[in-house]
Amino acid sequence: MMQQKYVSQIHRCFRCGYCKFPTDYSSFNCPPYQRFRFETYSTGGRLWLIYAWLKGEIEWSEHLAEILYTCTTCRNCAEQCPMKFAPDIIDWIVGARSDMVEKGRIPPRVARFFEAVQGYSNPFKLLRDDRASWANGTKLYSPGDEFLLYIGCLGSYDENGQKMAKSLVSVLKAAEVPFGIMGKDEECCGNEVYMLGEMGLFQNIAERNIQKFKKLGVRKIVTLCPHGYHAMKNNYPKAGGFEVYHYTELLAELTKAKKLKFSSNRIKVTYQDPCFLGRHNNIYDEPRQVLQYIPGIELVEMERNRKDAFCCGGGSGNFVMDLLAGDENSPARIRVREAYATGADILAVACPGCMTMLTDAVKTENLETKLTVHDISQILARSLS
Amino acid sequence: MVTTNAIHESLVKIVGKSYVSASREEKYFYARDGGLMPPHEPDFVVLPRTTEEVQEIVRLANREKIPIVPAGAGLALTGLVIPQKGGIVVDMKRMDRVLEVNEKARYVIVEGGTTQGALKSYLQKHHPHLRHSIPDAPPSATVVANAVIHGQGRLAHQHGFNSDMVSGLEVVLPTGEVCRIGSCSVSSYWFSKGPPLPDLSGLFLGWFGTTGIITKLGLKLYPCKKLRDVMVLLTDKVELVPDILLRLSHTEMVEDTVISAQPLPLRFRGTFWIMTYITGDSDEELEFKRKMVWDAVWDYFQSRDVGFISTSPEGKAPLLSMPSKDTTRFADVAKGGGFQYAGPITPIEKFPAFIRKLEEVAAKYNVFYGSTTRLIGSGHCMMFSFSFSFNRANPDEMARAKRALDECSKFALEEGAVLWKPDVDEQKMIMEKMDPNTLELMRKIKRLLDPNGIMNPGNWEMR
Ligand SMILES: Cc1cc2nc3c(=O)[nH]c(=O)nc-3n(C[C@H](O)[C@H](O)[C@H](O)COP(=O)(O)OP(=O)(O)OC[C@H]3O[C@@H](n4cnc5c(N)ncnc54)[C@H](O)[C@@H]3O)c2cc1C
Ligand code: SF4
Ligand code: SF4
Repeated sequence: MMQQKYVSQIHRCFRCGYCKFPTDYSSFNCPPYQRFRFETYSTGGRLWLIYAWLKGEIEWSEHLAEILYTCTTCRNCAEQCPMKFAPDIIDWIVGARSDMVEKGRIPPRVARFFEAVQGYSNPFKLLRDDRASWANGTKLYSPGDEFLLYIGCLGSYDENGQKMAKSLVSVLKAAEVPFGIMGKDEECCGNEVYMLGEMGLFQNIAERNIQKFKKLGVRKIVTLCPHGYHAMKNNYPKAGGFEVYHYTELLAELTKAKKLKFSSNRIKVTYQDPCFLGRHNNIYDEPRQVLQYIPGIELVEMERNRKDAFCCGGGSGNFVMDLLAGDENSPARIRVREAYATGADILAVACPGCMTMLTDAVKTENLETKLTVHDISQILARSLS
Repeated sequence: MVTTNAIHESLVKIVGKSYVSASREEKYFYARDGGLMPPHEPDFVVLPRTTEEVQEIVRLANREKIPIVPAGAGLALTGLVIPQKGGIVVDMKRMDRVLEVNEKARYVIVEGGTTQGALKSYLQKHHPHLRHSIPDAPPSATVVANAVIHGQGRLAHQHGFNSDMVSGLEVVLPTGEVCRIGSCSVSSYWFSKGPPLPDLSGLFLGWFGTTGIITKLGLKLYPCKKLRDVMVLLTDKVELVPDILLRLSHTEMVEDTVISAQPLPLRFRGTFWIMTYITGDSDEELEFKRKMVWDAVWDYFQSRDVGFISTSPEGKAPLLSMPSKDTTRFADVAKGGGFQYAGPITPIEKFPAFIRKLEEVAAKYNVFYGSTTRLIGSGHCMMFSFSFSFNRANPDEMARAKRALDECSKFALEEGAVLWKPDVDEQKMIMEKMDPNTLELMRKIKRLLDPNGIMNPGNWEMR
């Protein structure tokens, strides 16, 4: 379906370039364009090249595929494009990628990503048995638990992601939330596989996960990662029969219901909206509500925030493949400079992808003594009295 | 003859590997714009960051006699950045800084590829009581290119063409020298592009990059009042439009006047919407201006020839937004990503004749049409747009839109208009009609500045 639609619609892009900007036009907000600066890396460039490829005016090349795969599916373009088709742009890009996948014409790094997910159920080629090595006795989900806490690949395997997972677990325990995890049985959510265009693999993953959730009798899922949240909420077959929440939604509820007690901690925090939480799912307030609930926290905004937030560059599997790395104009590096400019001590994140991208960038920018990247549950956990 | 590889290497040495491309993909994209002119591929695309880099690129091109085309966002739509003879396209948009604002002398200095969007945003943030004349082109359009093509913006009624507002230039000449134009050639201030000196800016403005690459540009800024409003006047009497425009202009209260005509939705057909923009620092000032506008057309209002449309704040928001996204949305009317307009600069008395021609041509070629006309100066002239939207997936529709445009341009020229941002064919039409001595002067200037004919060849090419 998606492929049909992109083929018949993609020529509608006028290459006007509204999609490169945030609302106030202050800078460039399409991460690959900001990084490479050839028009071909902007949304319009990408759409015109896809159309040229469809018409046979240009041949497939690794460069073409790379241009296509540097898009982080951050959805800035869909937000800014003035045309009626704006909401479909991401589908067009994903549709073109799925065509490339079907033809077996993808960059080697993308191919390796699929192989890893197919073989190991995570993009790092790490052992399935080690998936819950971070969990340290965290209770497995059992019928009667209100929530299944779905951790995702980064939370399970990445050092920084694991820290997030552990701290979220500690906060949920402190709030006496009845929850459990899947442990070794958890698998990749498939969001990146979908965004990279491997629809067959995504279908398998989604069906397998749904079966597992059903077998466990899961009714409510809370995800650590906005990517998993997005996939399950919007792209899994509707037959799943479960509700999906992102953990910041749950934390917002818990803080509002005064389920957690805090000690005061004077600290200046700025917040990075994850694309799959913000622009893709319109969740901007809950993470901020949690932060503002903690006494002593001063929340300062970066210039680009909410629907204008600048992507960390990690979407569409780039937290592993990192096709936008290697330059002072890499999105994550730009973003930590922006965060530092606010005078904040902590750059708060709500996504393990942002966590890993921005933590690395803080090191590269030599800001380690000045700016710390923490996720919202870590900030909350430190403030619990 | 130096090999392509050697040129590639030289370019890499100048701007760095990441900012040179000879790949199929970049060549494809930079071979065309969003309009209807046939594509032609460059051999290289480069993205310089400094004036020195531009200088070196130009020197290389001049030495090797390689064509060189400075490009902004390619939104002129008439193929002015299509490298007609191949060579090097210099995408200027990495030179994107706002370098200086002089609040007291009210000017800004920008680099050669700074976008309109970036300048607008910068002023709003750092100098909220100053503004520039923003065109309704998408915000990715560059300030320099807009001046190069004599664009017009939201202060056109009050202050004329955007090129009139230029207050100084830094130019890399085709032979590689860097040259300052205007007050900045003798002073550190960029307040005037010419007076009281000989005005040399005319050697570069309007030349479409055929006489040099502008690396810095001073632009006059104007007071940005606290309040802004639009009054929408409506008439179905096309012959009254020129008089209404003159009367509005007589008030000297209006900063921008735009006349919109479109056949769809059907309820709009046959009516002319005159958007009249006023500003003030207080409600009293705004109210006074409203009254002046009202008084100017009162008798037409009484005879029911003119109506005022009362619009809610939500309804006004798109009209007040700068740039206007609605103008760009016209490109999707035919659901096919294509839009081009001929925008002759013409006396305002021509409005009725041009509207009739637009309707006739649109019917003849069966193409989607619209018109957004902007008053320039105190009724001195207007930019009348013959706009056509087309489907890029329909070659036949594209061909019809092109024929429609050509016919409108030819008509406008015959009627005494001068074509704005003309494509290469229209440039030929203009030069054929031009006073031979003027043409000869242009030829001499071009030969003097660009002896090897490397700069954007194909444009303003005088045989
Ligand atoms: C929807 C829409 C609405 C528009 N509305 C308006 C409007 O209201 N007012 C208006 O004026 N225009 C309008 N335009 C026309 C045009 O987009 C603008 O004038 C715009 O400013 C052109 O800028 P650009 O960067 O795209 O120029 P380009 O098309 O990239 O370049 C134009 C010319 O400038 C030359 N050039 C570029 N940079 C340099 C340089 N540094 N040195 C020397 N030469 C250079 C190029 O070689 C070319 O000849 C509109 C266009 C569209 C698509
Ligand atoms: S995607 Fe939309 S905003 Fe971007 S270039 Fe195309 S038409 Fe313009
Ligand atoms: S989704 Fe983001 S990265 Fe991709 S084209 Fe749109 S703005 Fe650029």
